[in-house]
Amino acid sequence: MDFSLSEEQILLRQTVREFAQLEIAPEVEAHEREARFPRPLVNRLWKELGLGGMSCSEEFGGIGLDPISYVVVIEELARVWPALSIAVSVHNSVGVQLIDRFGNNEQRRHYLPKLTSEWLAAFSLSEPGAGSDVAAIRAVARRDGDSYVLDGEKNWVTNGSSADLYIVFLKTDPAAGSRGITVFIVERGIQGLSVSRPERKMGIKASEAVVLSFDHARIPASCRLGEEGQGFKIAMQQLDGGRIGVGAQALGIAEAALDRSIRYSKERTAFGKPISDFQAIEWMLADMKVRVEGARLLIYNAAWLRLSGRPFSRAASMAKLYASEAATFVTHRAIQIHGGYGYTEDYQVERYYRDARVTEIYEGTSEIQRLVIARNWLKENGFEG
Amino acid sequence: MHFELTEDERMIRETARELAEKEFAPKASKYDESCEFPQDNVQKLAELGFMGMCVEERWGGAGLSALAYAVAMEEISRACASTGVIMSVQNSLVCDPIQKFGNDVQKETYLRPLAQGAKIGAYCLTEPEAGSDAQNQRTSAILDGDHYVLNGTKNFITNGRVADVYIVYCKTDPNAGHKGISALIVDGNSEGLTRGQKENTMGIRASSTCSLFFSNVRVPAENLLGPLGKGFSIALATLDGGRIGIASQALGIAQAALSAATRYAQERKTFGRPIAELQAVQWMLADSVTQLEAARLLTYRAARKKDSGERYSLEASMAKLAASRAAVEVADRAVQVHGGYGYIREYPVERYYRDAKITELYEGTSEIQRLVIARNLLAQAS
Repeated sequence: MDFSLSEEQILLRQTVREFAQLEIAPEVEAHEREARFPRPLVNRLWKELGLGGMSCSEEFGGIGLDPISYVVVIEELARVWPALSIAVSVHNSVGVQLIDRFGNNEQRRHYLPKLTSEWLAAFSLSEPGAGSDVAAIRAVARRDGDSYVLDGEKNWVTNGSSADLYIVFLKTDPAAGSRGITVFIVERGIQGLSVSRPERKMGIKASEAVVLSFDHARIPASCRLGEEGQGFKIAMQQLDGGRIGVGAQALGIAEAALDRSIRYSKERTAFGKPISDFQAIEWMLADMKVRVEGARLLIYNAAWLRLSGRPFSRAASMAKLYASEAATFVTHRAIQIHGGYGYTEDYQVERYYRDARVTEIYEGTSEIQRLVIARNWLKENGFEG
Repeated sequence: MHFELTEDERMIRETARELAEKEFAPKASKYDESCEFPQDNVQKLAELGFMGMCVEERWGGAGLSALAYAVAMEEISRACASTGVIMSVQNSLVCDPIQKFGNDVQKETYLRPLAQGAKIGAYCLTEPEAGSDAQNQRTSAILDGDHYVLNGTKNFITNGRVADVYIVYCKTDPNAGHKGISALIVDGNSEGLTRGQKENTMGIRASSTCSLFFSNVRVPAENLLGPLGKGFSIALATLDGGRIGIASQALGIAQAALSAATRYAQERKTFGRPIAELQAVQWMLADSVTQLEAARLLTYRAARKKDSGERYSLEASMAKLAASRAAVEVADRAVQVHGGYGYIREYPVERYYRDAKITELYEGTSEIQRLVIARNLLAQAS
């Protein structure tokens, strides 16, 4: 076992960290207050750091990062701006990578160079009546000659207003349950597709979550990704990777909140000494630190399993479950250490507290992670049930 | 970055698992009931070199990594936590400081037979009035010619009734606070040394834990371990390593409890189906699997850091805090999954539950681990 990053990975961390501190940090507050997505900044991330095609090969304009480096980048972005990190994570893990992995050569040649250089991708699986229960989606795609006709409603679409391209999961055979789901690439602006205003959320306000409504929207059959009926399998496989990304986001949030808490506890005095001298505060810091480090190791372990070609579904779910719960725990304690100041918008822990909460919900709720973990674990232990 | 054990470490895991499953597991319940010291288990450990795993080969040890030791500790403790702590004390708290701070004569006389398992060792820091506040030592050693004269009481001494060698922390300068503490190697057959009754503990009942009474025990001055007045830092440095051992013991107990719960959940049926199909039970398994895995990674990382020669007290304390909590919670859930059957002696989980608790107490309570962690964090940030 070797728990250290390679030199390239350390350098990558420094590069992203510097960019985040210099270029991203000054943008955060205004964008979050106005719930405004930072599209110009995203374009710069693609152009200047190559983050539009993190895991994509150079052939298509990507920078070919391994899964561990991927975690490093998302973690660093999330430390400074969780809403931005999820935009980058979604674009890469359930956008670019999904097309790279399941698309045909024509689709890859057509879309990947655009996505790695200027386009933004979104992922659309959930519906008002189907969240954790993916098989229950009802929006449909009906084959009509050389095209498909799309009808229905999707929601919680991250990057939804700004995206140039949507990966959409639709029923091609409504009677076939999870086997009737198929994936499509839908470009923005097509006739019959309307995009709602973004939801007003508790946190990650600059991130867009929209409703997509399809009303007889027609797309060429060549926009189908993979075969009919493969959608459920594709979603499950790709979400494993996405969960590592959300885990990394949660880790970044938790680290940032811990850093601020350590700093504040040394500055703030009470009863004649810094509050960091009180066991009540030391206890909180210690418990926060252990959760941060536990989360870090689970996430990097999952990323390494993926890198080495081993099954990583249970590991990804454990990483996401543990890291998201660590993030809500750590940000809660961070507010407590800051007292009333932690409850104001002047100290960033208030935002981290709100931002952390979503990591227990999206890309599979904690309840879904526990299901995945338990089922995999039981199967590994010979349970057929 | 990679998360694979080396060939050696994998081999050690297999060897330890085979020994533990075949020889130790079937007798664990018997030893728990009888509270008898598992001499035959210790003999088996000695044959494999597990009583001096990280001691250099030239001193009779196995010359293995701290990670190999952690992995072995986990497997042994999975079968019998009492045997685990006997092994942990011998390796971490006795062999380790003699190897690190002892001179060649001490190594020849004491380390070699300890590493070979021919002698049993014990670590004597705690006193009735000095637990977490380890500086508050009352046991004194006054130089008289070429001997120290040792007086005082030590308690909660693991391996206490059977040990041949004791490392005793004591005040050589009563006025110098923690800088007046030194470490002495004391022979088990010294005149004036009396062993108390075995403590009747909740768990790890086969570990021989007792008080020791020193009354004018004459210890040759050449048995001073490390420099005079450096005993306290030796004690703390030693405990860093011990925490990896206890974290690994906790992992073993947790793994045993989780495996038992997993098995039982598949066999037990309610409402017409195995309880493994119920979300209430799946949730408990998922939380246990996740908590255990995080603790395991923290423990392995601490061990690897020790192997690298860097300071590792922060990592060791995090590992011990997380792993001991995991052991307690995983064992608790295992009892819950078993229902009433988890509360009776016919099933092993009630023993795991009792054994788990000690890992939050000895070699630094969880409160001490949090202090160590917080102070490291605050110091790093300044």
